[in-house]
Formats: sequence, C-alpha cells, structure tokens
Amino acid sequence: MAKAVLEVRNLVATFRIDKKEYPVLRDISFTVHENETVCMVGESGCGKSVTTLTIMDLLPSNGRVVSGSIKLNGQELTTLTRKERNALRGKRMGMIFQEPMTALNPLLTIGRQLTEGLRLHQGMTKKQAYDTAVEYLEKVGIANPQDRMKQYPFQLSGGLRQRIMIAMVMAVQPSLLIADEPTTALDVTIQKQVLVLLNKLKKDVSTGVLFITHDLGVVAEIADRVVILYAGCKVEEGAIGEIFSNPQHPYTIGLMKAVPDVEAEEFDIQPIPGVFPNITEEIGGCRFHPRCPYATDRCRSELPQEIEISPGHTVSCHLVKEAQE
Amino acid sequence: MSDIRRTNPFRTAVNKLLKNKLAVVCLVILVVEILMVIFAPLITPYDFSEQDPSIRLRPGFWAQWTEITDPEAPGYNKKNQYVPGHYLGTDAFGRDVFARILYGGRISLTVGVISTLMGLLVGVTCGLLAAYFPKLDNPIMRVMDLLFAFPSILLAMLIIAMLGINIINTTIAIAIWSIPSFARMVRGKALQVKEEDYIMATRSLGARDSRILFQHILKNCMPTIIVIATMRMASSLISISTLSYLGMGVVPPQPEWGDMISAAKEQMWNRPSLTFVPGVVVMVTVICFNILGDKLRDILDPSLKD
Repeated sequence: MAKAVLEVRNLVATFRIDKKEYPVLRDISFTVHENETVCMVGESGCGKSVTTLTIMDLLPSNGRVVSGSIKLNGQELTTLTRKERNALRGKRMGMIFQEPMTALNPLLTIGRQLTEGLRLHQGMTKKQAYDTAVEYLEKVGIANPQDRMKQYPFQLSGGLRQRIMIAMVMAVQPSLLIADEPTTALDVTIQKQVLVLLNKLKKDVSTGVLFITHDLGVVAEIADRVVILYAGCKVEEGAIGEIFSNPQHPYTIGLMKAVPDVEAEEFDIQPIPGVFPNITEEIGGCRFHPRCPYATDRCRSELPQEIEISPGHTVSCHLVKEAQE
Repeated sequence: MSDIRRTNPFRTAVNKLLKNKLAVVCLVILVVEILMVIFAPLITPYDFSEQDPSIRLRPGFWAQWTEITDPEAPGYNKKNQYVPGHYLGTDAFGRDVFARILYGGRISLTVGVISTLMGLLVGVTCGLLAAYFPKLDNPIMRVMDLLFAFPSILLAMLIIAMLGINIINTTIAIAIWSIPSFARMVRGKALQVKEEDYIMATRSLGARDSRILFQHILKNCMPTIIVIATMRMASSLISISTLSYLGMGVVPPQPEWGDMISAAKEQMWNRPSLTFVPGVVVMVTVICFNILGDKLRDILDPSLKD
C-alpha cells in the first residue's frame, strides 16, 4: 500500500455561535495516500469545507478543533504551534479554492503571486522563482507564460485563473493538495480540462489529493476513493467502483438516485426527502434518520457504529449492520 | 526580469491621471505653487518682514485700471495709488503681500504635508492592526473615538495649549487630529479586504501575518489611503490657517495664510484684498487637492480599470 500522506482520526470541531458551541465535525476519520485522489462528497453544510479548513488550520476565529488527530506524513499537526503550522502551509500542503475570480490578489501581477510562495518556501532567488513559475504555467497548459506573468488577474478568464491557482500551489510540490470545489465555478469544458490537469500533476509530483465536491459526475471522473459526509458525520467510505456499484448507506443510495440519467427514457430524478439539518439542530441517534425512508426506532435513539462490509468499504448504518448479522 | 517591472501599476496610474484635464489643471496649479513657494527669494525682491510705513495699505495691480492718476481731479487719493512692484499691494505695516503669500506658503504647505504624513503613518498602522487583530480592535478604535469625540479645533487648541505655541507643536496637533480619520477608514477597508478569498489563499500558501498585512492588505488599501491623504491634506491646510487665524499657529512676523487673513480683518472694509487674496490662495489650493484626490480614487479603484 502506498504511503499515507494525510491521516485524520476522530476529528471533532465546533463552531461557537452566540456563546454556544455547536459541533460541525463529529468524529471524522479518513486517510489520503500518496498518488491518490480522495473525493469528499456531501450536501452544502455537511462539513466538507470545514474539514479542509481544519486541516489547513484556517478555521474562522469562532471555530476550533476539540479532539482528534491530523497527521501529515506521519507528523501530528494538532499539537503544533501556530507558527510551525504556518510554515507547513503552502510548503507541504496546498489548497485550491472554489472561486478563482476572487482567489487572486487583484493588485499584484500573476508573476508576483506565483513567485511569492516559491521565494518564501524554497528560498529561490527572483530569477529561479521566475523560471519555475513560467515552467509551471506551461505545465498547466497556459500559452505565452511570459506574457501572462505580467498580467493582472482581471485580465484573465476564470478557467485561466484556476489554472494559475493550480500552478501556484503545485509549483511548491506539496505532499497534500486540497481542492475545495475547484471546478464548481467553471463551465463544463473547462471543468474537464482542469480535472485532467489535476490528475496529470498529481502523478508528476505524486501528491495526495483531497478533492471536495458535490458533483458526482466529477467524482466518477477523478476519484480513487470516496468519503461521503452527512451533517458532520462520515456515513460511508469506499473505493470509487464500490460506492457507485454497491452503495450501502441510505444517504449514498439517495445521492445516486438524485443524479439524472441521460440515457433513461424518463428523466426521473429522485430527490432525498426533507431538508438538511441546521448545525444548531440537535438530532439524536443517526443524524440522517429524519430523512431516511428506512428509519427504525433504533436509528432514532442510537448513533450507528462504523462497520467494514468489504475491504476498504465502511459504512455507518444500523440497517446495513443488521442485514449483515 | 525587467519584463515584470514593465507594467508598473504606479506608472499606469500616473499616465491615466495625466489624461484627465481637470486633474492636470489642478496638478499644474499645485506644482507651480510649490515651485513658487520654494523659489520665493528669486521671484520677489521683497522680504516678508520688510516694513515701509510710507506705502501702507496700498492696493494691488488691479488699481491701475480704475485709479485716478491726475492729482487735480476730484476723488484723487494718494493712498489708493498702486505702487509698482508690489503686485498684490501692501498690508497695514507696508509689507509686500505677494512676498508674504509666497513665504507664508512655505509654512502652510510644509505643515500640511508633514502633519498629513504623520497622521497617515500612525493612523494607517492603527487601522491595519485594529482590523487584523480582533483583540486590538476595541482598544485602538475606542481611543480613536475619543479623539473623534472632541471638536477638532478644540482638540488642536488643547494640544497646542499643553505643548506651547510654535509651528512644530501646531504640526503635531494637526497630525493627531487627522489620525482617527485615517485609522477608521483604513480599518473599514482592511476588514473588507481581510475577508477576501485571496487573503485566505495567501494564508493557505503559508504567508506570515506581517506579509499578509503589509504586502496584501495594505496594498489593497492604498487607493483608500491616497484618497484620504489628499483630502486630509486639504483639511490640514484649512486647519493650519484656522489655527493661525486664532493666533495658535505661527509666531509673528512669520507670515502664514490664515494669519494674514486674521491680521487683515480690521481692514476688511477699506482694503478687502488683504483678506481676499490669502483666502483665494487657500481656497484654490484646497480645491486642487480635493479634486486631485477624487480623480486619484477613480483611477486607483481596480474595479474601474480598463
């Protein structure tokens, strides 16, 4: 098995709202290996982005990690000081953001922003950093990189900016790349190009990728493994083929049904009934039970344990467990 | 390497400024004024303190067009005669008004620039720190509120009264007076910039606080800072004139525009030009700074680029 780049164990994080602590991540565990893309899937508000921010230590001031461990290349991150963690950011782990239109400083040229990280982390001279930046702009498929280096973000399209973001993060060759819905703001053709590009760079640098999305099409395209979150809990995890062919958790099954099938005669989307819970809402038992069509009394009172139904495929559901027994 | 520097944003901004006619007019007026003030001894042969009782309260060059030159004619008054060379006339002590305007400008403009820069330095630092470190926000901004709560002139007079009347203390007083407006505006802008995605992106690249604060946030606050600086420059000029008018600025016989207006108020009816001329000079300078600040804001706003 490939080396684990990122190991998250029993991570619990809370947000303080009106002087009360509300858990947003409830006991999340997963691993990202070298050269592997792990997709984290879930509805808005399920804790996908919070997970990434927790790993990067970029939580807003009202958020904090209560317990759990985050290991990057075997090094425990949660016990590091702010300064030590800052030194890892951008060097050993990089992040690509959802909105390429606003993720670049409007007042600095592309060249300035690309070389900043290189000079800071790799201790390169101006000239070296410039050359490396140009090289990476070429790698992400940008024509005339020398000209682009002189331009300002407002002169570039969304797709170009996202590639520049990718070049910026990958140029420092991090061992972990976190991509928070990097394709959501792009149109489909550009989306495809960016995904292909990410895959290629992942192999070049042998990075582990944690990819956040709610688009199952993108998941099918890029993922090696899938982690499905619901309301701050991990409900299912497994290899891509397993999840798509043999989904176990009612929520995963619901998600699969909600994807339109263009080949089907009737265009039939089956949405998951009910609404996503607010983080201030207290739900006993399984977090999904109010929306679950199969919910039993046990689901309403008892939090399900994670069970492994086949190697690498885990699920947290009483029904699956009972069916197995 | 030189390629990166070629599109210098500062130079583009200057180029754009030069395309705006009104801004160019203001810029030219200010530059000419500053040059005249610097090279005052070359422009006027008179000294600002040189008194000549024989030509007290004479009018300026405009009197040539209306004056009655014939000593025999009714209404002839020797005291209303223009004295060649004293272009803007003379004051109650027979001192040349033009020379006093030029030398007075040295004080007004220097105090204006220095007090604005001092206020800018302290105010911007306070504003940035308050915005970036939430723990400092309340302590810093409440002090600023305290400064704001005082009527500005009263505050300046209080400071001068404590430190003593001289031009350095006046400068300090005006600087302290302009600190809160810098701090407040910069804090507001910095709070907004701080929440931008690219700041988060920069943090995710591992930039240190100081770098984020001074490289990224400060740069994005620059348009705001430049605009407030030019506007504050105008108010500083008014302040120094006001304080001088109230007798808390310069020490006589050192001329200053506000002090000249103050000294001329007794002659307001028989020789209005003595108040009018320095008043117009202050007004034109202030308006020029204001317009320039306004145009700069239009140019420096990145969302309006191209």
